[in-house]
Amino acid sequence: MSTTVRPAPARTENALPDGARRRTSRTSPRRWLLVAALSLLALLMVFPLYWMVISALTPGGQSQSSQFYLWPEAPTLSNFSEVFSTQPVWRWIGNSLLIAVVTTAISVCVSLGAGYALAKYRFWGKGLLYTAFLITIMIPIQVTLVPSFLVVARLGLVDSPWAVILPTAFDVVGIFIARQFMLSVPNALVEAARVDGAGEFRAFFQVVLPTCGPLIGVLVILAFMARWNDFLWPMVVLQGNESLTVPVALSTLTNNPAFASPWGAVMAVATITVLPILVVFLAFQRQFVQGIASTGIK
Amino acid sequence: MSRPADRRHRLTPYVFIGPAALLFAAFSLIPIVIAITLSFQDTQTLGEGQWVGVDNFAQLGSDRLFRTALVNTLVFTIGTVPTAMAAGLALAVALNRPLPGRGVLRAMFFVPMVAAGVVVGVIMSWIFNVDYGVANNALALLGVDRIPWLTSPNMAMFTLIIVVVWTRIGFCMVIYLGALQSIPSELKEAASIDGADRWARFRSITVPMLTPTTSILLILNVVFSLQAFDVIYVMTGGGPGFSTTVLIQYVFRSAFQDGQMGYAAALGLVLVGILLVFTLLRQQASKRAESFL
Repeated sequence: MSTTVRPAPARTENALPDGARRRTSRTSPRRWLLVAALSLLALLMVFPLYWMVISALTPGGQSQSSQFYLWPEAPTLSNFSEVFSTQPVWRWIGNSLLIAVVTTAISVCVSLGAGYALAKYRFWGKGLLYTAFLITIMIPIQVTLVPSFLVVARLGLVDSPWAVILPTAFDVVGIFIARQFMLSVPNALVEAARVDGAGEFRAFFQVVLPTCGPLIGVLVILAFMARWNDFLWPMVVLQGNESLTVPVALSTLTNNPAFASPWGAVMAVATITVLPILVVFLAFQRQFVQGIASTGIK
Repeated sequence: MSRPADRRHRLTPYVFIGPAALLFAAFSLIPIVIAITLSFQDTQTLGEGQWVGVDNFAQLGSDRLFRTALVNTLVFTIGTVPTAMAAGLALAVALNRPLPGRGVLRAMFFVPMVAAGVVVGVIMSWIFNVDYGVANNALALLGVDRIPWLTSPNMAMFTLIIVVVWTRIGFCMVIYLGALQSIPSELKEAASIDGADRWARFRSITVPMLTPTTSILLILNVVFSLQAFDVIYVMTGGGPGFSTTVLIQYVFRSAFQDGQMGYAAALGLVLVGILLVFTLLRQQASKRAESFL
């Protein structure tokens, strides 16, 4: 997880006067106490996610009781089979995947292009445009929720995946991150390509883009997570049960009377919602954390 | 260079930024303009509204629900922001030291971030369920009576704050960790040679060096809290009564449940106003802090 594993802390200890260094090694029981306390806290932090999975595997009888337990007596997949057989869960997953993948693809391309233009070109209206982009970060979605809905309705897109895809493909934070990255791409590289006779677009695609691997990784992870987890906007523009995304469907399940044990079914779908992101997180922890961190360093 | 090539050169940046500008115009700029015009209209449905001047804004003054939402928003923001930031800072300082297993620990503190707000909402509704929730079942072992976490107007806001802090700690921790790692170790070495103990070093080196980070985190966290919707919507829907109705919730309610699009737009603009004022105040404050230092 450590984004930067530096030797710095070790050096600090070595630089301490002799007496201090011996003290540090002697206080190691205290260090273990700290680790124990942190571990306990960390377990508390992951407990809700653990509990989600456990509840999804617990039969209705046991979950609807006031008995405390940490592991179900008879783990079962019946909650999954029940919810998959009574609800269009595969459709929801398909909708979510389609929307998340297409939006991510579009928004990453859009951000890369915009970031490149803002970093490497001087053109009329650049400052104004960039300022306008940045201001939209300040405006909460709820303010533009109604008007955006009116625009989408005017375009006849309500209940279609494009109603979700198009408005969310414009990602200011992504553009900002792309611009910062492109600023660090040496101008000489672009110039050299031009001198070699490459056109503007070949210079971008064949010279600049290949250096953008880490940037693209961060943009893809951030966009996919945001789109996969998105709730309010999809809830407003998607209406039929068949066209919902997983998070929106999940929110409708809690008060669905169709289930013998609604919580088991809800936790089963919740588990399905978290799983893809969790896998991406565990596989690309470093990029993931860097991505999140880079949204904070504005 | 020949002229046509020159002109092509000048058009190139517009081709690169064109798609972004187009999407921005269609789905940000136009909606914002519509929001402003809507706020001066009375619309009961999606149809044409009537111009009512500043009536919507005037109505805010006598709207008791608006005042409730404003107070709730304030309580929610003050309850979540400093708590999450302090906890994140404490964890970052602890996990910045060479501890065994700190990579795993960092990952564990961070992982709640990946869960969608809706998922957090349903999990926490289940955990804090008054009759069957694991929180009350565990407390029952200790002989504590069942706590109406979400069903009592006095408890619901408190529970929501706990839940949102849980999702936010990892983010604050990661940002603080990054900042801590960029503090030159020579500073601390010099201080410890001068005889400063750990707490003194923390107070007089770490905290001041982290001020820019704290500033950014404060703004981000306030924006997050003012925009927090998913978790509240799923867990309480603004209730019981109106005890957890925050401004965002009220905007949504006015627009999509009461059909008052114009009034909702006015409410939303007030929210933007609050955000802007906060950001400006914050900038002023940090400028003053800098000149003080």
